[in-house]
Amino acid sequence: MFDGILSVTIFLPVISAAIILFFFKNNNSIRYFANFTTGIVFLLSLMMFLNYDTEISGFQMIDYFETWIPFEYLRSSYIVGIDGLSAPLVLLTGILGFVSTLASLRVEKRVKEYHIWLLVLISSVFGVFVSLDLLLFFIFFEFELIPMYMLISIWGSGRPKYSAMKFVLFTLFGGALMLVGILSIYMSTDVGTLIMVSIPELNLVGIPELIQYSDLLLPASFIFILFFIAFAIKLPSWPVHSWLPDAHTDAPTAVSVMLAGVLLKMAGYGLIRINIGFFQNTKGFSIYDASVFISILAAISVVYGGIITVRQTDMKRLIAFSSISHMGFVMLGVSAIGTSNSNTSIAGINGAALQMFTHGTITGLAFLMVGFTYERTHTRHIPHLGGLWHKIPIIAVFFFISGFASLGLPMLSGFVSEIMIFLSTFTIWPIATIISAFGVVLAAGYILWMIQRIFFGVKPPDEIFSDEIYDQIEDVKKIDLLPILLLTIPVFLVGIWPSLLTEIINLGVEGVLR
Amino acid sequence: MNLNDLKLLSPEIFLSVSSLFLLVLSLSKVDVKRIVNLSIISLIITILLVCNLWFGWLFEPSSKNSLLGSFSSDNFSLFFKLLILLSSLITVFGSFQYFVSEKTRNYFGEFISLIFLSIVGMMLLVSSTELITIYVSLELSALPIIVLLSIHRTKLGIESGIKFFILSAFSSAILLYGFIYLYGLTGSTNLLLIQESISKMSLNEGSTFITYGIIISIVLIIAGFSFKMAIVPWQMWIPDVYQGAPTPVAAFLSVASKSSAFAVIIRMFYTSFTNEDLMLDWSLIFAVLAAITMTLGNLFALNQKNIKRLLGYSTIAQAGYILIGLAAIPGGNSMNFSGIQGSMYYLGGYLFTNMSIFIVITIIISRTKDETIEGLSGFIKVSPVYSIILVVGLLSLIGMPPTVGFMSKVIIFGFAINSGYPWLALVGVINSVLAAFYYLRIIRFIVFEEPSTTKLTQVHLLRDNRTILAGSICSILVLLLGIIPFILLEMSKKAINFI
Repeated sequence: MFDGILSVTIFLPVISAAIILFFFKNNNSIRYFANFTTGIVFLLSLMMFLNYDTEISGFQMIDYFETWIPFEYLRSSYIVGIDGLSAPLVLLTGILGFVSTLASLRVEKRVKEYHIWLLVLISSVFGVFVSLDLLLFFIFFEFELIPMYMLISIWGSGRPKYSAMKFVLFTLFGGALMLVGILSIYMSTDVGTLIMVSIPELNLVGIPELIQYSDLLLPASFIFILFFIAFAIKLPSWPVHSWLPDAHTDAPTAVSVMLAGVLLKMAGYGLIRINIGFFQNTKGFSIYDASVFISILAAISVVYGGIITVRQTDMKRLIAFSSISHMGFVMLGVSAIGTSNSNTSIAGINGAALQMFTHGTITGLAFLMVGFTYERTHTRHIPHLGGLWHKIPIIAVFFFISGFASLGLPMLSGFVSEIMIFLSTFTIWPIATIISAFGVVLAAGYILWMIQRIFFGVKPPDEIFSDEIYDQIEDVKKIDLLPILLLTIPVFLVGIWPSLLTEIINLGVEGVLR
Repeated sequence: MNLNDLKLLSPEIFLSVSSLFLLVLSLSKVDVKRIVNLSIISLIITILLVCNLWFGWLFEPSSKNSLLGSFSSDNFSLFFKLLILLSSLITVFGSFQYFVSEKTRNYFGEFISLIFLSIVGMMLLVSSTELITIYVSLELSALPIIVLLSIHRTKLGIESGIKFFILSAFSSAILLYGFIYLYGLTGSTNLLLIQESISKMSLNEGSTFITYGIIISIVLIIAGFSFKMAIVPWQMWIPDVYQGAPTPVAAFLSVASKSSAFAVIIRMFYTSFTNEDLMLDWSLIFAVLAAITMTLGNLFALNQKNIKRLLGYSTIAQAGYILIGLAAIPGGNSMNFSGIQGSMYYLGGYLFTNMSIFIVITIIISRTKDETIEGLSGFIKVSPVYSIILVVGLLSLIGMPPTVGFMSKVIIFGFAINSGYPWLALVGVINSVLAAFYYLRIIRFIVFEEPSTTKLTQVHLLRDNRTILAGSICSILVLLLGIIPFILLEMSKKAINFI
């Protein structure tokens, strides 16, 4: 079975990276070509999202080569496809990939390598969301580290090499544990396949069905923990979050957008697809037993992330820490699996999946606006800023929008996902939900405080924020409105019309929960 | 010796003859470049002869065994012969510039004929099916290396030569001691006959003396070969010898010598000691050794400043991973020996990975005379091609997809889990994170740092097309075998049917 469009979307960025490597020399033409590629990829992802047939549901646009590795001890196939869970994330990757190249127009250092790595990164992220073979999934999951390592180390600021190394080692550690999990599932005689889902049309029986009554080589709870640690590191959840603020703060703007926007979502996707999908009802273990711990971890992440965020004085670091808090909501939504009422848990996981999309667009927008502000003020230290409202009104307006969406203002997309999560988890884990709800209050605190300090009040005196720089500040150019609008439109659209996404997501989540 | 023996031994005979021929030729006033080219050609011909035995292009030998059953030219040995010859070919081809420009120029004839003799020893070693032949060919492969190590007569070189000499003599003695036990208990030196007589012994049923005797001989044999395989605690010589050795010799040691030792130990254990109780015993020994080896190798490598020492420690760690495959015997009664297939795939991938790194390091060090990792700072600006080859190789050593290093780790850890050693797989994966730390540090110096010395600019002067060609072929194969692992897996599957 071969549909093609999905494989084209995955590999188009890599191919054009290779073309840039061999045929391009001029910096401007590299930029245009990279933007052209990501633009096409964006259109392709939008097309796939719109073409996903909600009547049929299930997996669609499947590309399937059965014999990628026909080795008798490691049978792995090349299989990609999208369902309701991955379709929004594919769209998100398309949007943010385009935004990230658009936001890189002013990168002047080693332009060629920069765009090559960025395109490779986009490809590998796509691969994670659409792979339906565990080994393939793992390969994309790990491969993304190489471009990220390069992008943060070379083009970062602050202590980039330290941060990049920390990021890579944390993720590699999680990936290593996940590899043991994958192999021990595959090597169990009753399973013996790497296909992550069952696809009736292709007569494929996936791990979720096979694992139910199988004797696994390792205890199912142990395998669950191996996967869970890997994704908790990537999400990131307390107590393994410490790589995130460093990596975010030191990364260049476009990379921060990608990192917060889509890379963290790999973890949420993995939690839903693998941890929930596989371990609902295995021998001797079920995710229901673990869900209370998930909810506790989620509540700690949300509040701990929020409290630390309040203390930050660096704009970018502030947004980075707020990601910990907001991704905590994803985990809280996942913990909704711990009820026998399937409607409630579906609602909660729907909320988690929606939160991934909304957080991707909102934080992407926030990092973009921080990047634009930083380009103009040359400092991210909030106490050194002030009175910028009159100088850069457009940036200010969109900064406001991202901030308000992030604190969950109704009519903007953040509200929808958070309310979905809270409504469902409240009946299951009331205390964890109540504690997590304080995360929203904290968010209002740090966001409003930051916006107020940056844009209102009077400009600090000359010795803190030099007049010379202040006078030169200009608002965004027209071309910069394109990435801004690409991110703002989904924020409004989902806020006003959530069923645009929830309908599709619901199909995917129901598929995962069977 | 009949015609069939000649056919089976054709690669070894050809290589010995060409070794002597090149030695004699170098006495006359022939240009050294010509001798290098001739040695490359003779290596290629030897490879073709080995391929001929595998595929049967020219002639089909009537039997795979010869020399009274002490020599077997089965697919298993041919696979390892190919590995040894390919690694030597890449070394000689890629280090062309080293050979013609260095002081090696004056005695290249001796150099290459010693290397050839050592290769012949290794080829005989992987083919031998009898204890005395194993011992003799082991010595044949080791003695030329002692000379090669100190051939430049530098202080470090002589030190490493003597170190290698003493330790290799010592380990041979231990090995012989193990062989003696085996011979005394079974009354035969032929591996198959040993297996037969062990199977009659009914171990673990009251006859404790014999059981312990066999176990002692197993331990001694493992100890003796571990020296060659660079397994902890017999690894001490590696970093010193690698640092002192001429870089091509270190490259030769790292792959060819190691894979021949692995081949012979696989053959011995999977031919002679196939008793089920015994298998459980030695598989546990291998598992523990593997865990210790990779952990210590990686821990020592963390703080190394000298690139050759670091690569030495990295080969120790890699030997630990390869050993996992030996430990991974199938649990229960099913007797399929899949684990060693993983080891063989790993060795095949490791060949190209390590060779690509070593030949580039050879040319850099021979130019800059700077062996520190800092010496590689900003190398990507000096020579992008060499840097890309190095980075791909290092990523493969880390085990990053889509390189062959990743695929071989996945396969070998899979076997470990399959045969009931999940803890070994866990140790392995955590080790690969540990290893990432120091490999990434090298990548960091190559790609991110600014060039600090002017020395590096000298590399420009000798941009060698042969090194680039050999290195890029290795890099492409590293990626290709990672994306399409099937070719090598199929070969190794054909190779293990000797059991």
